[in-house]
Amino acid sequence: MSQKTEIFFKSRWLPWALVAPQGIIVLVFFFWPAGQAFVNSFQESDAFGMSVEWVGIKNFTALFANPAYWYSFKVTGIFSVLVAVIGIGLALILAVFADRVVRATLIYRSLIIWPYAVAPAVAGILWLFLFSPSVGVVARSLEAIGVQWNSLLNSDHAMALIVIASVWKQISYNFLFFLAGLQSIPKSLIEASMLDGAGPWRRFWSIQLPLLSPVFFFLLVINIVYAFFDTFGIIDATTQGGPGKETEILVYKVYFDGFKALDLGSSAAQSVILMTIVILLTALQFKFIDKKVNY
Amino acid sequence: MSIEKRPWVDAIAHTTLIIGVMVIAFPIYMAWVASTHTAQAMAQWPIPLLPGDQMFENYAAALSGSENSGTRGMSVYRMLLVSLISALTIAFGKIIISLISAFALVYFRFPFRGLVFWCIFITLMLPVEVRIVPTFKVIADLGMLNSYAGLTVPLIASATATFLFRQFFKSVPNELAEAAKVDGAGPMRFFFDILIPLSATSIAALFVIQFIYGWNQYLWPLLISTKEDMYPIVVGIRRMIPAGDAQTEWNVIMATAILAMAPPLMVVLLMQKWFVKGLVETEK
Repeated sequence: MSQKTEIFFKSRWLPWALVAPQGIIVLVFFFWPAGQAFVNSFQESDAFGMSVEWVGIKNFTALFANPAYWYSFKVTGIFSVLVAVIGIGLALILAVFADRVVRATLIYRSLIIWPYAVAPAVAGILWLFLFSPSVGVVARSLEAIGVQWNSLLNSDHAMALIVIASVWKQISYNFLFFLAGLQSIPKSLIEASMLDGAGPWRRFWSIQLPLLSPVFFFLLVINIVYAFFDTFGIIDATTQGGPGKETEILVYKVYFDGFKALDLGSSAAQSVILMTIVILLTALQFKFIDKKVNY
Repeated sequence: MSIEKRPWVDAIAHTTLIIGVMVIAFPIYMAWVASTHTAQAMAQWPIPLLPGDQMFENYAAALSGSENSGTRGMSVYRMLLVSLISALTIAFGKIIISLISAFALVYFRFPFRGLVFWCIFITLMLPVEVRIVPTFKVIADLGMLNSYAGLTVPLIASATATFLFRQFFKSVPNELAEAAKVDGAGPMRFFFDILIPLSATSIAALFVIQFIYGWNQYLWPLLISTKEDMYPIVVGIRRMIPAGDAQTEWNVIMATAILAMAPPLMVVLLMQKWFVKGLVETEK
């Protein structure tokens, strides 16, 4: 509970000067481009920007009539669900055990947070190496048990590669939030359940998991946002959306259509759709944060 | 601590955690191993699984960026410098502009204060990734391609940091501001002499998070840096992997990967206490 600070200082110009740097950056680099994206999404221009014409909602109808766009939605959906479910599940297991081994918790924490510091693109390269069909340790091990690994040709392998790299990169974050959540559960609650004879398994299901549910939902939204937007580096470093378009998530498609295929109208329309998705996800996130504060 | 004695459960816990840590560490360990062998050793199966004796040669080759070093003539030393300058500018820039705008929002009453707040707030919802083409155009129109300004300034606005400081300032007792006024101190004096020292922990926590954010930027510099001498290391290393079937020089690439990971990793590990606190609190 933070009390409301009364407003003390009086100055006509000082507050404006103080918010000006942030305000200018926000106007020039956020609102102007976002407005541009909105305007461009109703326009069609040639690749060199020589001619521009208004086309109404044609860019949007063309997108939604295009199976490739729906396919990218499907790829993004599968990818983000896999990343969120696997990443949250593994992190929860590690956090519950790390919380249990009281004296060693900090040692394990120091080791599990490493991937947080690694850039997504570098994480992609590390896993690309392990899954390299010719010299990758993991790929060769899989070959030894009869799996011919090749993420350049096999779309399931490509998807597995980006999911593994993305989960690895995000596991530290999930782990830290679960651990903080577990450590904020009152000790008296755990002790009371012990007196009642509840074992660790029972305690996990009847106390820890229910009390973690706000953290759980928070992480679900954060992980989906992460999979949607922050995995660009991983994908660009490993599959580049391939083979074909099998791992081309929506953000990668905006980049590809805008900068490689130079289809600016379509890219702008995709940007507008993505912005709508982010706004919905953020609203969802805030709904859960309210719950979190109140539990 | 009154955790009950159940040696079996403890054994399972430790085993699971050790396996987990090993799996998590494995990619970094293999990168390290690869960075200590010759290109030939890393080009044919089976590759060595223990460190070799080529460490010095590989790291020297990567840093200098000589033409046949596997870095395709790009100097990793230069890339590290670009990354460091960008990451520090982004981290300090975000902290400074967030501190002063949060100060204005909490300690002053001015017209459109609510509107200003919402304008900053909404930037949370517009990550660079969703509006890359128009933002790139703005940078190009302003002549900021291939410059540190272009690499950093658009990433400096930060709703998260502004919120954190705003929350923190609101928890500072009113008596402090009152006392400052009684003593005849102006707002800026109060800001520098009282608020900033009180915010030291939050500033340290944000520094870790924002330094890593800045260091690990990929898509933005990919667009803004069209010249090799303005590549941060995260973009540069990606360019070292040849397209198609050309032989990848994993030893030098992995030496570069280790160099790319080392600075943010050091920051996280050395400032772990503040980092964990900052991370969990910022996202609340």
